[in-house]
Amino acid sequence: MSSNALAANEGGAFSHVASGELDATHGVVLYLDDLSVSFDGFRALNRLSLAIDLGELRCVIGPNGAGKTTMMDVITGKTRPDSGTCFFGQTIDLTRLSEAEIAHAGIGRKFQRPTIFEHHTAFENLELAMKADKRVRTTLLARLSDAERDRIADMLRLVRLGDAADRVAGLLSHGQKQWLEIGMLLMQEPRLLLLDEPVAGMTDDETDRTAELFLSLAGRHSLVVVEHDMAFIEKIARKVTVLHEGSVLAEGAMSQVQNDPKVIEVYLGR
Amino acid sequence: MGTFSRLYGATGWLALGIAALVIFVLFPVLSLAVPPDSAFHVSSYWVTLLGKIMCYAIVALAMDLIWGYCGILSLGQGLFFALGGYAMGMYLMRQIGGEGQYQSDLPDFMVFLDWKELPWTWWMSDQFWWAMILVVAAPGLLAFVFGYFAFRSRVKGVYFSIITQALTFAAMLLFFRNATGFGGNNGFTDFKRILGFTIATPETRMALFAITGAALIGTLLLGRWIVTSKFGRVLAAIRDAESRVASCGYDTVHYKLAAFTLSAVLCGIAGALYVPQVGIINPGEMSPANSIEIAIWVAVGGRGTLVGAIAGAGIVNGAKSFFTQAFPEFWLYFLGLLFILVTLFLPQGVVGLARKLRRRWSGGAA
Repeated sequence: MSSNALAANEGGAFSHVASGELDATHGVVLYLDDLSVSFDGFRALNRLSLAIDLGELRCVIGPNGAGKTTMMDVITGKTRPDSGTCFFGQTIDLTRLSEAEIAHAGIGRKFQRPTIFEHHTAFENLELAMKADKRVRTTLLARLSDAERDRIADMLRLVRLGDAADRVAGLLSHGQKQWLEIGMLLMQEPRLLLLDEPVAGMTDDETDRTAELFLSLAGRHSLVVVEHDMAFIEKIARKVTVLHEGSVLAEGAMSQVQNDPKVIEVYLGR
Repeated sequence: MGTFSRLYGATGWLALGIAALVIFVLFPVLSLAVPPDSAFHVSSYWVTLLGKIMCYAIVALAMDLIWGYCGILSLGQGLFFALGGYAMGMYLMRQIGGEGQYQSDLPDFMVFLDWKELPWTWWMSDQFWWAMILVVAAPGLLAFVFGYFAFRSRVKGVYFSIITQALTFAAMLLFFRNATGFGGNNGFTDFKRILGFTIATPETRMALFAITGAALIGTLLLGRWIVTSKFGRVLAAIRDAESRVASCGYDTVHYKLAAFTLSAVLCGIAGALYVPQVGIINPGEMSPANSIEIAIWVAVGGRGTLVGAIAGAGIVNGAKSFFTQAFPEFWLYFLGLLFILVTLFLPQGVVGLARKLRRRWSGGAA
């Protein structure tokens, strides 16, 4: 179905999606409006509305069951909303694309548990993630060019795995796995990065380095970070969104949100 | 760095060269040139047995590609093997010509059923090239259509195993019926000629043996080329974390479908080589137990190694031909025991054991 569209602009967005390329001329990269999702009567998302600006680093917090992961699932096409809209830029309707198409369109997601390919080396993990024509035939005949090798090597250095290129990923430490997964996301050159608890299980030192990395990525990419680690959020936060029972409870600067009585009641004050 | 060094190292190519020498030189000489009363003579029994095992080894390689590398446990591989066999069998039946028992142009079983003309399924069946197309197309198309619906509906794991098992069982019942037009429960047998050559002569048998050997080596190299390609790395990634592969932007349905269809085609080719050597094809080849046995070969040899699949097919079938002669009633017990022992003690199969031993030896020497 999508293979012809892909051939038309190799490795890029899908041309059958309205105008194809991400159109963020109004400065909004992700636009959720009035989204609702129910599972067996439980409202995971309840008329959620949210907008992420181009190049923004947004932190999303909220107690368990607030709908953070479901929101990510809807954006990446894993879950379909019962109602509401979900747009990537002005033109790309995410509710109508498959997971693979959304990934091609330029949204990368890091899952809560690091999911990397445990039996592949760190190098191969990045190779598989790298932005490329990912149809069967081209993949069968694909050969790494020198430029691509260099890109992978650069990325390995950026995520501090320069010495571990040929190590089987399953043998990396937990923090290294998280970093490898971030590297895999970046290899896809996403316009929008969704990061679900990226520093869970990291040492303090690794957490600090991750904060540095994210701050350096903001501007070039748009980032949405879901995290429980408040110390980490304080380090990177510019604008924070608090979710509660599937909708937005508060939004603003960290200090502002922290002093919001509603937020204190449901979340911080516990 | 060329394709050669990507596939195997120096020792690997040397081993492959020796295997080729044995198949293409040593065996023909010992079987055709050495007189039958010599101790070195290889009888046609052994040529047929080894030819048969090489066909099974191709099936095992096909199974390893989808199960060992892509994590799809298909328990319907025997059906694809049988379809390839039937496609070849139809051509061989037509080659009998008027020499059958009823001296009719129709195959004997059709005369017996009092049929006056060939059913439409036998269209062009006297043409070898058409048979070759069918050998590839019948299993390939079935796997493509069946796999498309199964993978698109996200049928996975044990559910996929069960429905492929059901598929081969249903096909077996279909082929058992006389009205289906493929010889019912007797299938096809009593072949006389292939491409005009008398099928029972030592020379024809040796030619079929050598072609099977070439097909086996070709399948091994093709498999190795696939698993060392980026495509192969995607397959292994699908096995380990399919949803992650999808979030990387790969359409996993297409990848699984390509692997499953290729595997079915390879099984079909193996079946087509099997039938003229063994001299019979019947619906028994489609029985679910046959397909399960294929999985056991791969498990015994070692999943995800390719060479292990060949070794497993050789070991289990070698043992089978010994047991079914020496202690026929114990074969199934032995097979079950072997499967349990391998699952418990050799999760990586024979190849895993060999690797472990080699590491221990080299570790002890250092």
